[in-house]
Amino acid sequence: MHNNNLKDEVIRISGASPIKCMKCGKCSATCPSFNDMEIAPHMFVDMVVKGRIEELMASNATAHCLSCFACVERCPRGVEPANIIEAIRVIKLRKSGSVQLTPAQIASVIDTEIPQQALVSAFRKFRK
Amino acid sequence: MLKIGVFVCWCGSNIAATVDIDQVVAAAKLQPGVVMATGYQYMCSENGQSLMRKAVEEYKLDGVVICACSPRMHEATFRKNAQRVGLNPFMVEIANIREHCSWIHKDKEQGTIKAIALANAAIAKVSLNAPLISGESSVTKRALVIGGGIAGLQTALDIAEAGFEVDVVERQATIGGNMAKIDKTFPTLDCAACILTPKMVDAASHENIELITYSEVESVKGFVGSFKATIRKKARYVNEKTCTGCGLCMSKCPSKKSKNEFNLGLDNRTSIFIPFAQAIPNVAVIDPQSCIKLTRDKCGLCQSVCEVKAIDFTMQDEIIEREYGAIVVATGFKPIEVDAFDELGYTQNKDVITSLELERLMNAAGPTGGKLVKVSDGSHPTDITFIQCVGSRDCTSRGKEYCSKICCMYTCKHAMLIRDKYPDINVNVFYIDVRTPGKNYDEFYRRAVEDFGVNYIKGQVGKVYAEDGKLIVQGSDLITNEQIFIKSDMVVLASAIEPDPSAKKVASMLTASIDTNNFLTEAHAKLRPVESPTAGIFLSGVCQGPKDIPETVAQAGAAASKVIGLLVKNKLVTSPCIATTDELLCSGCSNCFNICPYGAIGYEDKLINDHGIRETRRIAVVNPALCQGCGACSVACPSGAMDLLGYTNKQIMAEVDAICKR
Repeated sequence: MHNNNLKDEVIRISGASPIKCMKCGKCSATCPSFNDMEIAPHMFVDMVVKGRIEELMASNATAHCLSCFACVERCPRGVEPANIIEAIRVIKLRKSGSVQLTPAQIASVIDTEIPQQALVSAFRKFRK
Repeated sequence: MLKIGVFVCWCGSNIAATVDIDQVVAAAKLQPGVVMATGYQYMCSENGQSLMRKAVEEYKLDGVVICACSPRMHEATFRKNAQRVGLNPFMVEIANIREHCSWIHKDKEQGTIKAIALANAAIAKVSLNAPLISGESSVTKRALVIGGGIAGLQTALDIAEAGFEVDVVERQATIGGNMAKIDKTFPTLDCAACILTPKMVDAASHENIELITYSEVESVKGFVGSFKATIRKKARYVNEKTCTGCGLCMSKCPSKKSKNEFNLGLDNRTSIFIPFAQAIPNVAVIDPQSCIKLTRDKCGLCQSVCEVKAIDFTMQDEIIEREYGAIVVATGFKPIEVDAFDELGYTQNKDVITSLELERLMNAAGPTGGKLVKVSDGSHPTDITFIQCVGSRDCTSRGKEYCSKICCMYTCKHAMLIRDKYPDINVNVFYIDVRTPGKNYDEFYRRAVEDFGVNYIKGQVGKVYAEDGKLIVQGSDLITNEQIFIKSDMVVLASAIEPDPSAKKVASMLTASIDTNNFLTEAHAKLRPVESPTAGIFLSGVCQGPKDIPETVAQAGAAASKVIGLLVKNKLVTSPCIATTDELLCSGCSNCFNICPYGAIGYEDKLINDHGIRETRRIAVVNPALCQGCGACSVACPSGAMDLLGYTNKQIMAEVDAICKR
């Protein structure tokens, strides 16, 4: 599964530069959701370079990224892993068609664990 | 009209792959004055050069254009070749169709058009060339070395051994530089002091070396062979000649709270101090910022106890002016500040230290007498974690994009030394890549892992935080694909190195070029690695790029050999491409005088015959010994009286016309 069209789309949407990654692992070292992500941030970057976008889209790991941007802040190469993960979420949602979440539904899905930032992020994604 | 020959070099496929050589040859033949044109695979080879010589003789050429690589590369080669067949070397022009054309174009058609334009420009210029005769200048047989670390000292010793006088100017109160702070050196683990201090003594006692410490070079004028330097010797407030270094003053000084720079602030020193036990000169110096006498006019205790009356609070800075034939830059490096890496907590936790601080903590002459203890409470650590690449290979504003080169090996050394001396301490090293190229280097690293049980973890650290009296290092282990948490007592950051902050100032003072990271640029990475592009300026040590001690010493010796090669000459050939005044046009306005960076222009009252009108006028006169041919005056001159031989205004306009004509 090497889809270069999807890869280009991820790069275009995220504005990130996965090719700059030097595989130091700082993103995964700093990630607060590391244990919940079956694909860790550093793997995201590498899989985008290899064009393995469908696998990333199929994974639930995108849902666990908190958009805390610690990885973006600390990456020594300016790769911006969180923006890459965000781009994959956006592609995934665009492909799934209609609006997924309405403001009315929020009450039913919200729990105390969800960070506010993730909610704001969700609005951005779900409104097309 | 001149008879011009044009030679178009293929440079193998370097030019020929992007430029149609035949088209360039054909176009050149159409230019006025061109009597022959030909292509050849390698013009710089002996065959290519003999092709040019034969053509000069056969066609009686009096001008030659070589379309090839940059003139920086082979202009001298072809000019020398011209001389061999009796053609004035300055009748050879180079059209740079490689760096300026084939290397930067992909499209062959475009490349060919540009190559033709560049060739035509060179042909138009050479048509207006006139034979020029090189002059001579003298060589002051004395060298200046800026920086008294291992690089500067080695260069100075090698030059001095060859019989030339050398001055070493060192900003600090002692020579020795960064190496003096280091405990042991890789890959042999011999102690740094055992290697460095004998060299320091050699330098101090060498009859050809003068150490000018606690001093800075303020300005440099002149040019290769005849530099004039102004050196400011800062007031030490202690007479260097009479002070015996007994240290009595230090023991009496009541101002004891200044941070000891030599120990990187890990302990304090007095206001009057000798930087370290083996300092050279072994002479005290007073820190004017903290001295009670100098700041508040009280105390003066040191002066009253000094048996040789060496202390002089009225001492002033001294200005030394000297002439030199060559200048070596050996300004060295400093570790970067790691404060910006807040996730690593250097500013929050005392037990997060830098590698250079660890050197002091492990040094027998350091603040703890070589006993490795936690900085926070002086207790014995049981777990130490090293983090490599702090600021290296980092293209954000926090770090440096380059690899600092020495950190892998010194971290490995630290880990090994700790495991050797304290087998009860667990040592972990977070690394991105372990880079150990060099003789016996990788073997050294493997010894740390296999024989000393150092635990290397492939990954980086995301966070260091304190919890229950320990430091928790949160990092990734990319081999097991885990996020791991290591309890540590101390965390050591392998901070990147950067050129000493003085390098930028020194470079601009010497008109030597520097790169975006403030490392001084070598004239050519492979052909002239220890020379600056500015004639007479040489590079030694880390000021040119990150390197370890063995490499620094090797480069220092190479720089010395280049200096010796220069100083051994009695005369230097000077470029005849210097400014000249058209006396009829000169109005004596002083614009050129004001702009000349070399002080090469003066004025004379001269009797001028301007089309029958005889009058005395103030005329600019160029001193050929000082003029460097920069051309600033010819641009500044409002009347067009100033011209640069070899690059006259007419020639430059002819080049522009030729490029625009097509």
